Amino acid sequence: MTTTTLPGVRAAVRRTPAVRRRRLGPGKPIKFGAAIGPLLLLVIWSIGSATGWIDQRVLSAPWTVVSTAGELIADGRLQSNLWTSSQRALLGLGLGIVLGVVLALISGLSRLGEAVLDGPIQIKRAIPSLALLPLLILWLGIGESMKVVTILLGVFVPIYIHTHNGLRTIDSRYVELAQTVGLSQREFIRRVVLPGALPGFLLGLRFAVTGAWLSLVVVEQINATSGIGYMMELARTYGQTDIIIVGLVLYGALGLLSDAGVRLIQRRALSWRRTLAS
Amino acid sequence: MAPYAGLVTVQVRDLVRKYDDRAVLDGVDLEIAPGEFVALLGKSGSGKSTLLRALAGLDPEVVGSGELVVPQQVSVVFQDSRLLPWARVLDNVVLGLRGSEQRGRESLAEVGLAGREDAWPNELSGGEQQRVALARSLVREPELLLADEPFGALDALTRLKMHALLRKLCAAHQPAVLLVTHDVDEAIVLADRVIVLDAGRLVAEEVISLGLERSAVDPEFAAVRARLLDALGVTL
Repeated sequence: MTTTTLPGVRAAVRRTPAVRRRRLGPGKPIKFGAAIGPLLLLVIWSIGSATGWIDQRVLSAPWTVVSTAGELIADGRLQSNLWTSSQRALLGLGLGIVLGVVLALISGLSRLGEAVLDGPIQIKRAIPSLALLPLLILWLGIGESMKVVTILLGVFVPIYIHTHNGLRTIDSRYVELAQTVGLSQREFIRRVVLPGALPGFLLGLRFAVTGAWLSLVVVEQINATSGIGYMMELARTYGQTDIIIVGLVLYGALGLLSDAGVRLIQRRALSWRRTLAS
Repeated sequence: MAPYAGLVTVQVRDLVRKYDDRAVLDGVDLEIAPGEFVALLGKSGSGKSTLLRALAGLDPEVVGSGELVVPQQVSVVFQDSRLLPWARVLDNVVLGLRGSEQRGRESLAEVGLAGREDAWPNELSGGEQQRVALARSLVREPELLLADEPFGALDALTRLKMHALLRKLCAAHQPAVLLVTHDVDEAIVLADRVIVLDAGRLVAEEVISLGLERSAVDPEFAAVRARLLDALGVTL
């Protein structure tokens, strides 16, 4: 009996691979996957410039941009402008993060706070911070404070929205648990609320970081006398596309780097999570 | 009831709880003595969880009346382990207790999880998570342990192991226990006394005098089970 059933069993086992199971997750992570897209763009740009398919006056070749960047570094202009820009962006970002988190906590933990704060912030969200620029210039002049405030206004909204959302989606079962183990309000915030809202906050931070560089571009092209945006604006007057591209590449690299930085923090801080991507 | 006569840890008198004018608990009287293990049986919607939540003080917004005396130290074990996913196992056990890491470690060792202090809750199996939840409850040395179908989500084999563990822990720590369950055998195996709730009222009570080794093939066990099933409205 056994000998007659075994071949049948084996055949069935051999047939199973034929039934292909569709995998629903995105699969294993690709090594250096984040670099593939940008590199591809660079390759297309290089080929286009080398073959003359891209006009030099319209878009300088990558190697021209590199040598221009070299010159700008050699005479110190790039560093000093980058330093000024970074200071503005970091200051605006830092203040925006603090403001966003504080507002999210007030509005997330108290109904009154939500009633007072959430509406105005949603209205602010509907107004692009760049549309506020004329008003800000009238109020604050064209100095550094106007620039920092513009960045801050662009930054705090995504931080607020995502942190607030993270707070509000904390499972009420954990609130119940906190009650049964007798956590104080402070411990509740420290042990449950803040870690629970952290994924939301970090998502908001990713938007905020790129938003900070975005606002920077605009404020630096209006009445600035230093910064990457100013350097590009000056280059426009003289028709130097290569310097403009250096600026663009710099903005792009800064945005990309800061996003990668936040994602690194995300991976470290949220290592307790098992998600689709891990 | 004799060994506990005169002492009470929990006293409930004429407890009424209403949702939208519908009485979920309709005049419940209950006493639990120190160290007594009471199992509460009932169909879905009979008010079991409502009674437990009332004892745990988790229903401040629910309309009701009645007298309720519970001790200072009450611990709750929920059906889900309810571990904070962002806190490591040891931090979950000592949540809200200051400077009690050592006690937390001992408690984890008691439930057989020594060495897993730094694991994330997600890395543990369902049974292990529920053992952490038990450790979290017992490290607080509760006078009353409330358990709301704590093994309901576990597979049958794990559940048997958890029964043995819970009996061992209760023998060591001597809390009064109210275990909500819908598993009649579980109730008989674990409890000193089984009570049955139906439509918001206690309708039956069985004092279990089967000794420590309780076997479902024991005719006495079968008799108790038949009476409890009858009280639950199940006819075989």
